[in-house]
Amino acid sequence: MMNNLEKLNQAFVDAFAIDKKYLKDLVYKGVSNWDSVGQMVLIANLEEAFDIEIKSDDIMDINSYEAAVLILMRKYNISF
Amino acid sequence: MFDLQKYSSRLAIRSDIGESITYAELTIETEKFRDAIPYDGLVFILCENVMGSLLGYISCMTKHIPCVLLDGSKDIELIQHLIAIYHPEFIWLSQKRVGEFVGTVIYKYENYSMLQMRYDRDFSEKDKEINPNLLLCLTTSGSTASPKFVRLSEKNLRSNAESIAEYLQIDENERPVMSLPMYYSFGMSVINSHLIKGATILLTDKTVLQRDFWDFIKEEKATSIAGVPYTYEMLRRLNFFCMDLPYLKTMTQAGGKMISAYVKEYVDFAEANNKRFVVMYGQTEASPRMSYLPHDKAVDKYASIGIAIPGGKFSLIDAGGDVIKDADVEGELVYEGENVCLGYSEKRQDLQLGDENQGILYTGDIAKRDVDGFFYIEGRMKRFVKVMGNRCNLDAVEQFVKVITADCACVGVDDRISVFVTQNGLEDDIKHFLVAKTGFNQSVFRVLVIAVIPKSNSGKIQYPELQRML
Repeated sequence: MMNNLEKLNQAFVDAFAIDKKYLKDLVYKGVSNWDSVGQMVLIANLEEAFDIEIKSDDIMDINSYEAAVLILMRKYNISF
Repeated sequence: MFDLQKYSSRLAIRSDIGESITYAELTIETEKFRDAIPYDGLVFILCENVMGSLLGYISCMTKHIPCVLLDGSKDIELIQHLIAIYHPEFIWLSQKRVGEFVGTVIYKYENYSMLQMRYDRDFSEKDKEINPNLLLCLTTSGSTASPKFVRLSEKNLRSNAESIAEYLQIDENERPVMSLPMYYSFGMSVINSHLIKGATILLTDKTVLQRDFWDFIKEEKATSIAGVPYTYEMLRRLNFFCMDLPYLKTMTQAGGKMISAYVKEYVDFAEANNKRFVVMYGQTEASPRMSYLPHDKAVDKYASIGIAIPGGKFSLIDAGGDVIKDADVEGELVYEGENVCLGYSEKRQDLQLGDENQGILYTGDIAKRDVDGFFYIEGRMKRFVKVMGNRCNLDAVEQFVKVITADCACVGVDDRISVFVTQNGLEDDIKHFLVAKTGFNQSVFRVLVIAVIPKSNSGKIQYPELQRML
């Protein structure tokens, strides 16, 4: 079983084909794979990993790795 | 191309970082741009959706300077490859990229610079001649570094812009949000069809997934938005139907076939909210627009690409080349109109060529016509798919994969390309390589390992069989 942080990291790694070590500072458009398509893939991955439905507003606000952590904690009660 | 003086007091462009320029100022800036160029030649524009980039494009169009629009975010290797083939005399590019090229900066506007190029072994003057009718070249594929360009004349662009402005009823009060890339023919046509009517272009490099985008279009009271099918798929997910956008009256969709059920949602939404959702069809080769679905017919005909644009004409031909007269019979869609490109180019010398198409375009799309005269796309004759609105040749993708493993085959549907291989363990390598080569998001590609690639007795890959395995 993966813990929540591992799940989160895996969702990012799968979405952007990027090594884990780069995740911390990752932002939207910061790597070529994090474009609009990548964003939608990331959202789908997060929804599946945590079995949640991410609200429209949050889709726009999950624009960095850090933002993803904060929004998942605050709005979806996921602890890291 | 544009009659800038006619609308001199109007605002021509407003950018998302607060810049604006009137048509009168554009008139002056395009003069300065032209005067800065010491001799005739070809200009490569490395496009970004920022003021400087757009000013360069408008200057070239207004002053009849032949230019090529390229994706300004592409790697230096890809651009160098095209430079080596076309030897542009000048490159108009973002200042931050100037250092990547060898040349002299001879002019600047905002954060864009004009680079005067020199070549150790240049082509002869004769080889560098450019046909006086050629005004603009666009790439045939946004993805690969193919040197194949579509050659467009001022007449092509002008007639298409006029036609679009007519059927969309564009006037000087329009404020379209221009978020599509400028180098993409659909984006370019948004610019052209509005500038010829004195409208105000709202220029942004943000996407619908960014809050800044929505702040910008609300603040600036955007009246229209243009998108490819994927844009509208994202908008559904973003709860677009519930957004408060009273000024946004027109949504246009082109760049590939959108799922009919989604079209219906948008058409119904538009109908109920006094807005218009306009499905359109085109190809870069037609500058690019060929048809539109009149919004008052959209509820009934939502699966259709509509009717030919004003000034254009569609026909269908069968395999023998004969015109199909009956309704509901499939054939190749053929378009006729002043907007059909001059032809293609694959090297600098090709820019001398004249009009090879004479106004007739064989689209390569299989279509049918219903009894009311509306057209429906049923398939494609050629092996390509559209990815985010960009044409992508599956054979070209296959060639890329062959670099990694010879035994492979590619099939696809729009926005998804599947690569079949027989060797295990190559999935990540293939994906990474294709992402690097095409610039598409890696989620577009799927790698499947099978025992054997199905082939006919003569050794031809059986693509339909692979398609069935998906």
